[in-house]
Amino acid sequence: MSEMTYAQAARLGLQEEMRRDPTVWALGEDLGYEGGMAGQYSDLQAEFGDNRIVDTPISESTIMGAAVGAALAGTRPIAELRFSDFAMCAVDELVNQAAKARYMFGGQARVPMVARMPIGIRGGIAAQHSQSPEAWYTHVPGLVVVTPGTPAENRGLLKAAIRCDDPVVYMEHKGLWGMTGEVDESDQSEIPLGTARTVRDGRDITIVSWAAQVGVASEAAEVLAGEGVVAEVVDLRTLWPWDRETVMASVAKTGKLLVVHEAVRVGGFGGEVAAEVAEELGVPVARLGGERIPIPFSIPLEEAYKIKADRIVARVKEMLA
Amino acid sequence: MTSNLANEPARVAAMFRKMLVIRAFEEAAGENFFVGHVRGSVHQYIGEESIAVGICENLRDDDYLTSNHRGHGHSIAKGADPRAMMLELFGKVGGTSDGKGGSMHIADFSVGMLGANGVIADGCTISVGAAQAVKLLGQDRIVVNFIGDGGINRGPFMEALNWAKVYELPVLFVCENNQIAATTTTRLVTAGEGIAKRAESFDVPAVTIDGNDLFTVDGTAARVISEIRNGSGPQLIQAMTYRLRGHFAHDDAGYREAGEAEAALAHEPIRRTEAWLLENGLSQDELDGMRDEVTAEIAGYVEDAKQADWPDPSLAFTDVQDVGAPAIPGVAS
Repeated sequence: MSEMTYAQAARLGLQEEMRRDPTVWALGEDLGYEGGMAGQYSDLQAEFGDNRIVDTPISESTIMGAAVGAALAGTRPIAELRFSDFAMCAVDELVNQAAKARYMFGGQARVPMVARMPIGIRGGIAAQHSQSPEAWYTHVPGLVVVTPGTPAENRGLLKAAIRCDDPVVYMEHKGLWGMTGEVDESDQSEIPLGTARTVRDGRDITIVSWAAQVGVASEAAEVLAGEGVVAEVVDLRTLWPWDRETVMASVAKTGKLLVVHEAVRVGGFGGEVAAEVAEELGVPVARLGGERIPIPFSIPLEEAYKIKADRIVARVKEMLA
Repeated sequence: MTSNLANEPARVAAMFRKMLVIRAFEEAAGENFFVGHVRGSVHQYIGEESIAVGICENLRDDDYLTSNHRGHGHSIAKGADPRAMMLELFGKVGGTSDGKGGSMHIADFSVGMLGANGVIADGCTISVGAAQAVKLLGQDRIVVNFIGDGGINRGPFMEALNWAKVYELPVLFVCENNQIAATTTTRLVTAGEGIAKRAESFDVPAVTIDGNDLFTVDGTAARVISEIRNGSGPQLIQAMTYRLRGHFAHDDAGYREAGEAEAALAHEPIRRTEAWLLENGLSQDELDGMRDEVTAEIAGYVEDAKQADWPDPSLAFTDVQDVGAPAIPGVAS
């Protein structure tokens, strides 16, 4: 076991997959000298050459579209978009081409690509660099949506995304780049897509979350434990497909569900999880998510957007009252 | 323009036959659209057949091609099966996508045809990516992207030109300039001198040719494709042409000047190629026989398409994705 950061773990996962499979390659802005925004591509160009770690022009449409073409032509590209906000310049190529090529062409094609587009608040980068649009892509048939929450998961899920024959929208959380954790380097297995992780066992309520918000939910669960409320915390890890089995089993046990996410609550993926659970189990469900405002810049304004542990604690208490 | 065709009437006749197949396919597609057998949109390639045939005759089966919404001619020229294409237009089993795609999503990966496309200029970015894969895998394929004059005002065209040149990729952009984007005259909405100039500004060599002259298209394609295969980097051919029909089958092209389309008939490629064949040893009887044969062939495909089975509704739920695939109604997962 080694301790490493979320960014280092992702770098390791990519390096391992590139060593294993010569058709895996990455394209995007600033991957060589900079090594990616958080060093997640650091020194990989020196090892694999500029044909496999490709520094591209600022041409998001073509970063995504070229990945589609390269996937159709027998390789496994990783399109690095740097920010999910910038990836919006390439939504057409992702949604109209990558997601649909297999279907439109009657199964003749596979599009084994990873569209890597970090989400979330890192602090002080405001409305065009902080969004969490993960729900958008869960709505698109053909796509897989992954939101890793720990270093070990950012390695294991990235490996799974690269090996997957479907186009995968891979959304690291920018606030987690520096998060440290144990990674078992001897274990080369992937973390299966579509499997959740129960972060904390409980009996009174299930709190479902993903990405950086899992840490906040766990913090709230700790506070609640001090007051005699035992909350179960589940990290979905993959939003499409999401692990219904784990969530339903948890809520069947606890009898209540709260979904918490950093993304805007309106139209957020929490609504989907809550509705499915309510339809299937008929238990009380609730959601916490951001207000429907752009992410602001100034510290008190940005803080005002966030869903903090105290709000989760208060909402759980309301639900249990 | 020198052509390697001049001394090969048999080769010209074979290419002419392919042009006839495209023409007959498009006429049949239009007729069956009007009687309701073909739904949606049918963008006919009538009047532009010499470009697809002249380019694709110079490609290998394993070269890649990306196309656009007006893609039937490109597909047939690259070697896709017109019978399967007709079944696809009818939405039937046995179509190129078993009816999942229709006219704008015809593909045949067995002959390198990576797909028509319903989004203007999106084939440009897919092409440069396919070329990057070719390079990474150490292959000597080339990639041809067919784009129309309307597409040159989209960002992906400009991005892909730059990208193809930066990485010196084996891509041939073929811009079929029929001078009209849907119903809008392209020059009225295009600044500067247009397509070739835009390519040249990226140091992508560009040549403008009469696309309705099969000999010119063939000769140019032979030279340019050979240069690209030998490492020249990307190039662009602007093939001037004229769309003899509306944007799609149900567009009567009323926005055109009176007499314009009629005048263009004198320059259309099938008539011109036929005249050359008559001067070079083929008889009118032989040509008429060829035309009758092609007409019967396509009529047979239409009949097959009418008789073919509709897809089982369960097919709507297959080939979406492996991970997180939809359940098929009535089938336990």
